[in-house]
Amino acid sequence: MPTRAHLIGGLMFLVAAAAAPVLPDWIASLVTIALANALVVLGLIVLWRAGLVSFGQALYYCIGAYTVALLARWTGFTDAVGLVLLGGIGAGIVAALVGALLARYREIFFAMLSLALSMILYGVLVKTESLGSTDGFTVATPTFFGYPLHGQTLGLFLYWLTLVVDAIAAVLVSAYFRCVVGALAAPIRDNEIRVEFLGVSVSGIIHAKVVIAGVLGGLGGALAALSIGHVDPNMAYWTTSGSFVFVTILAGAGSVAAAFIGSLVFEAVRSIAFDVMPSLWQMTLGSVLLLTILFLPEGLGSLAGRLHLRSGQK
Amino acid sequence: MMASRNGPILSVQNLEKTFGSLVAARDITISVPAEQTIGVIGANGAGKTTFINMITGHLTPTRGSIFFEDREITGKPSREITRLGISRSFQVAQVFPTLNVFDNMCIAAAIARRKRGLIGGITTPVHSSAAVAEAEAAIDLFQIRRYRDTPASTLPQGVRKLLDIGMAVVGSPRLLLLDEPTSGISIEEKFDLMSVVMSALKSRKITVLFVEHDMEIVARFADRVLAFYDGTVIADGTPHDTLDNPRVQEFISGVRLKPTAAGMGHA
Repeated sequence: MPTRAHLIGGLMFLVAAAAAPVLPDWIASLVTIALANALVVLGLIVLWRAGLVSFGQALYYCIGAYTVALLARWTGFTDAVGLVLLGGIGAGIVAALVGALLARYREIFFAMLSLALSMILYGVLVKTESLGSTDGFTVATPTFFGYPLHGQTLGLFLYWLTLVVDAIAAVLVSAYFRCVVGALAAPIRDNEIRVEFLGVSVSGIIHAKVVIAGVLGGLGGALAALSIGHVDPNMAYWTTSGSFVFVTILAGAGSVAAAFIGSLVFEAVRSIAFDVMPSLWQMTLGSVLLLTILFLPEGLGSLAGRLHLRSGQK
Repeated sequence: MMASRNGPILSVQNLEKTFGSLVAARDITISVPAEQTIGVIGANGAGKTTFINMITGHLTPTRGSIFFEDREITGKPSREITRLGISRSFQVAQVFPTLNVFDNMCIAAAIARRKRGLIGGITTPVHSSAAVAEAEAAIDLFQIRRYRDTPASTLPQGVRKLLDIGMAVVGSPRLLLLDEPTSGISIEEKFDLMSVVMSALKSRKITVLFVEHDMEIVARFADRVLAFYDGTVIADGTPHDTLDNPRVQEFISGVRLKPTAAGMGHA
């Protein structure tokens, strides 16, 4: 059933889609990357609600990216939509495998184990010279339903593709949050014993959440790989995972929209900070995070709720 | 529903549980007819909780068998036993502290109503009209309506206990095991709490086994009393008979508690 949030989300989607052709190139590509990364953040929110923090989402991001790059390189399959789907599936399979292990851990152990797994992939990629080692390699130019596109048009279509994948993910994840197993996030964080005694397998649900987050991470990585046109092992490095966690704290886990707002704000602040003071941009980002934690402990996503409340009181 | 059934709802034969050389339960054989309310008494370490844990699948018996409605459940995992219709509440109330009373009830009701399997969990909404209706009904049944929107972490102890039991009841169990429902409750509140619980369970026709240390509560609310000592049942009968049993008085209740002193009539 369509809610107000769906309506606003749909409107935002249309505005963002319609604005694409008139946006300056650099903004369009910035937004594309931000929206691709937002998928990873959305996955982190799924875990976050159950009290789990993954410091290794870059694992799935990197798997998604390398799946796209390798498929295009080895098989010559370059269809953008197909590649992105396969990137998500590839990461989902990896998540299903490592999830069996991860679902047994909580808190810092979950965070550290996920970090370790992503660093294993990083280590393997760095040592693999046939895949360009630390330099990575270039992703073949994607096609759309058989049509080769170049330059601005390609950028435009990738922007739209990212937007569509985001919209589908947002609708599905918000439906997930309203179903029984999706709503079992706060209960699991609160009291696993009770959940078990209500007749539900906690580790089964956490495993499913790891897979959902993995698929989202893979889709994000696949879209980013196509958009950037290049993959390298840094996509699996812990600082990449860290920046996703950073955005999640900035965004807050209150809503699905928070992932997109947070990711866009993060990319905007980073670009502006880099432009204005190239040597101090990390400090600017840090200050933004600090201010968010101090004044908006539930993240930027909670701003929308506050405004809504205030206008309701008038 | 099951009204036509005549056999016992729960039947336990020669149940035994050992931990190494320690015998935690031995030789327990009982049969429980549907809709009976059974009080379980015994000193700490007498095997009451071990007994309950074996029925709910938390512990696997070393020997013996457990039948629930003619189906053997010995050693089955606790989740499966819950699905078959046995629920439990806890000595320390197990609720979701950050959720309010309604959400606690609703999630429990939604879980009980979900379709089986992964797909069932995804296609069942948490706020389905059936789950919401059952949650609201349970809130009224346990008389905690004025706490409906209060987070569970700030509830008074007694209300939290009621919520805990309510969450077990919305799953529509046919057998409910209450592990010390009145522990941590002041003496003045105990009777009111038990009255609410017992009338709620009676109205739902639920068979109840409750562990209790307060002999007055047992005498007042149980149809039948099981006395545990040293891992086994030393007395099993009406509250009057069991509490009058000299061995029960020696080992559990103490001789000072005479049935007349407990305020029991000779019904």
